[in-house]
Amino acid sequence: MADFDRDAMLEMFTFEMTLLLEQLEQNIIQGETGYTMSEINEIFRIMHTIKGSASMMLFDSISTCSHAIEDLFFYLREHNPENVDYSTLTDIVLAGMDFVRNEIAKISHGEKPDGDGSDIIATIKEFLNHLKGGSSSDTDSSSATVSDAVPVKKSSSESRVMNKFNALIRFQDGCEMENVRAYTLVHNLGDDITQVTHSPMDLVSEEAIEPIRANGFELSFSSVLTYDEIKEMLERTIYLDSLALTMASPDASAVAEQEAAEVPQDAAIAAADASSAVSSDNDPKSIDTAKMVAANPSMEDANKKSSAQKVISVNVSKLDQLLNLMGELVISEAMVTQNPELESLELESFHKEARQLRKIINEIQDNVMSMRMIPLSTTFFKMHRIVRDMCKQLSKDIKLDVIGEETEVDKNITEHIADPIMHIIRNSIDHGIEMPQDRVAKGKPEKGTVLLEAKNAGGDVLIIIKDDGKGLDRDKIMTKAKNAGLLRKPESEYTDKEINSFIFLPGFSTNAQVTSYSGRGVGMDVVNNNLEVIGGSVIVDSVPGEGTTFTLKIPLTLAIIEGMTILMGGAKYTIPIVSIKQSFKAKNEDIFTDPDGNEMIKVRGEVYNVVRLCDVFGIDNAIRDLEEGIMIMLENGDQTVCLFADELVGEQQVVVKTLSKYIGKVRGISGCTLLGNGDISLIIDVGGFFDK
Amino acid sequence: MVTDDQEYGMYNSHSEFDTPEDTTKGQFLTFAVEDEVYGVEISSIKEIISICEITKVPLTEAHIKGIINLRGEIIPVIDIRARFLKPDVEYDDLTCIVVVEYARYSLGLIVDRVNEVMHIDDENILMPPNAKLSHHNQYIRNIGKSGDNVILLLDLDKLLETEH
Repeated sequence: MADFDRDAMLEMFTFEMTLLLEQLEQNIIQGETGYTMSEINEIFRIMHTIKGSASMMLFDSISTCSHAIEDLFFYLREHNPENVDYSTLTDIVLAGMDFVRNEIAKISHGEKPDGDGSDIIATIKEFLNHLKGGSSSDTDSSSATVSDAVPVKKSSSESRVMNKFNALIRFQDGCEMENVRAYTLVHNLGDDITQVTHSPMDLVSEEAIEPIRANGFELSFSSVLTYDEIKEMLERTIYLDSLALTMASPDASAVAEQEAAEVPQDAAIAAADASSAVSSDNDPKSIDTAKMVAANPSMEDANKKSSAQKVISVNVSKLDQLLNLMGELVISEAMVTQNPELESLELESFHKEARQLRKIINEIQDNVMSMRMIPLSTTFFKMHRIVRDMCKQLSKDIKLDVIGEETEVDKNITEHIADPIMHIIRNSIDHGIEMPQDRVAKGKPEKGTVLLEAKNAGGDVLIIIKDDGKGLDRDKIMTKAKNAGLLRKPESEYTDKEINSFIFLPGFSTNAQVTSYSGRGVGMDVVNNNLEVIGGSVIVDSVPGEGTTFTLKIPLTLAIIEGMTILMGGAKYTIPIVSIKQSFKAKNEDIFTDPDGNEMIKVRGEVYNVVRLCDVFGIDNAIRDLEEGIMIMLENGDQTVCLFADELVGEQQVVVKTLSKYIGKVRGISGCTLLGNGDISLIIDVGGFFDK
Repeated sequence: MVTDDQEYGMYNSHSEFDTPEDTTKGQFLTFAVEDEVYGVEISSIKEIISICEITKVPLTEAHIKGIINLRGEIIPVIDIRARFLKPDVEYDDLTCIVVVEYARYSLGLIVDRVNEVMHIDDENILMPPNAKLSHHNQYIRNIGKSGDNVILLLDLDKLLETEH
């Protein structure tokens, strides 16, 4: 393999592997209670891809291990055995996956993947043999254990319908070493594909490069797989530029020798004219494909590429840069179209075009903003594995419910919250949820539940982790805090919330024993530290005997919110729409003042406090007359106030930016945003009006 | 040279990367606030922009005038007049915002007018008078001489210190 593109390929390889492993983990954990056929297929496919890519990159340790797992799932897929011990199976596969992951971590750190997977492979083989021994009907299980390099392979499942395929593969220009790519392709075809012939025949010598570059790589083979499966498999080829795949007539009872005799013929036809397809063809798909190739090869290429790769990875700093440039674009647009020199001119078409320009710029802006947002689902689904592993080890029975995983947060934020969530879940499982027998004794369901929920609330993202365990032990925490000399005031003056927050101090653990999961007092400390970095906070609520709820409040930083822009003394402010219940004009007869001077307003029989924003912020040129301005009813949790402002301007999506660190935290303001015309609008922190 | 660096280069966040031959060494941007001329080493300066619309941030210290949008970046601006407890004046065409890089973030300083970039030799840089008659020179690190003129070289660390 040449060195020139090795680094880029390695990067791509590790990125793909990580994605695949994540997907695989999800599939496996979902399937622990019994796999459906589609899940088995999916896992098989993923393992197959991992194996293929790894052997292409010459990482033997990975490819052999994934090959063993692939064999296992091949057996499951082909024979669908009953009475499979899925729990053990999951353990084995997860162990194998961890091995692969470890190797990939080594690769990405620039080390050699030198791990020894023979133990794991032996376990997998043993399990497979056990399975085979269990189902007596198994006779032709010699299948799929060795991936031999001989181009013509022995058929493994002759009973299924054999189809013949012809494929013309072109590699991208400049991908180099086409013969090696072709060889890898043939080598990785897998065990379902038999009677492979290809032109040119000799792929080892470099003389094969030129013909492949000029005419493409012609491949014909037989397989039990469907057209779509084959197509999908071939499309995974690295550096694939175009693929023309045709299926010859199905041949159910064909004997291997006969087929072998026919193959060269087909190959010859394909070689003679690939675009006109095989004459005996009766599959409409292949005709379509052939026509398309003949009519418009470039369009075909484009289609193939878009279906092969829908997602690309981009460096976050590039996105940051794009966002900043976007801001500049918006401002210069405003400077051009609102240029004072244009004012005296009659410019009908100019304004029309300018409106169009603004429309397009707005759309780009929306897109740029949404690019940075990713759903929490990846972070959340990783937790399934943690819950599962811990349950096994601690012999507890716990299910993890996930709600609101589609909630989107900025990329930077997801990186910082994965660890806190993991530590809290570990804590809940280890300390919170009791052993099954204890739960039954307390009249709780035997199976414990951990709820992981995300939602947008009041402009913040809330992540709630709730367990139905025994709750925090107030006395124990108090004693521990006292012993550690942490108390700063008389014991009786501490509120439950203050006591609960002791658990976030470093080195604070009420567990006498250090387990493999907790007890060292490190985890909860991490929660606080990580949240501080992104300016978030955590609140613990606990009901003894009923469970503990951790609420992580993640600030708006960099998130995109729907905001209502309001005007106050000439300045614009933005209120998160989620906090707004309604807005209305006040009438003097509904307003009254208590002896302390607090103004209140009656709305549909309910009475609310009136907060004059101009007084809170010390703005002196705002409207004072309550009938003249506008009342905005704001909600935060179960509290409601009416905010008085000058007027509403309108609703728009905004990117939240922090006020500079130099200014620090300002009460009642959570950040600022740039409006379309480049003006700055401060974002009101609705929560700030409530906790006084 | 090295000792000089330690002497007055402390407020220069880039000083550790500067080579002794650095062209920015000894170069100062001078600007006027009321009747005095002040100087800041140019390596801390990002750019100079003319005064633009400033968004007030309520409930902040008096010298923080607010924030501005500099091509998408939110930058707090400080009025040097307010910091030096001098009376406010109307901003005019000469009023400028000097954007400095301080402790890895950008800050704007509002000054009455920007004069020039000048070179001041090391021997023309003096310590401020050490008699502690008043604490009004608390923001001044050194005094530079250029011909008959005196330039007060600012200590950005102290100037930008906040109470929180």
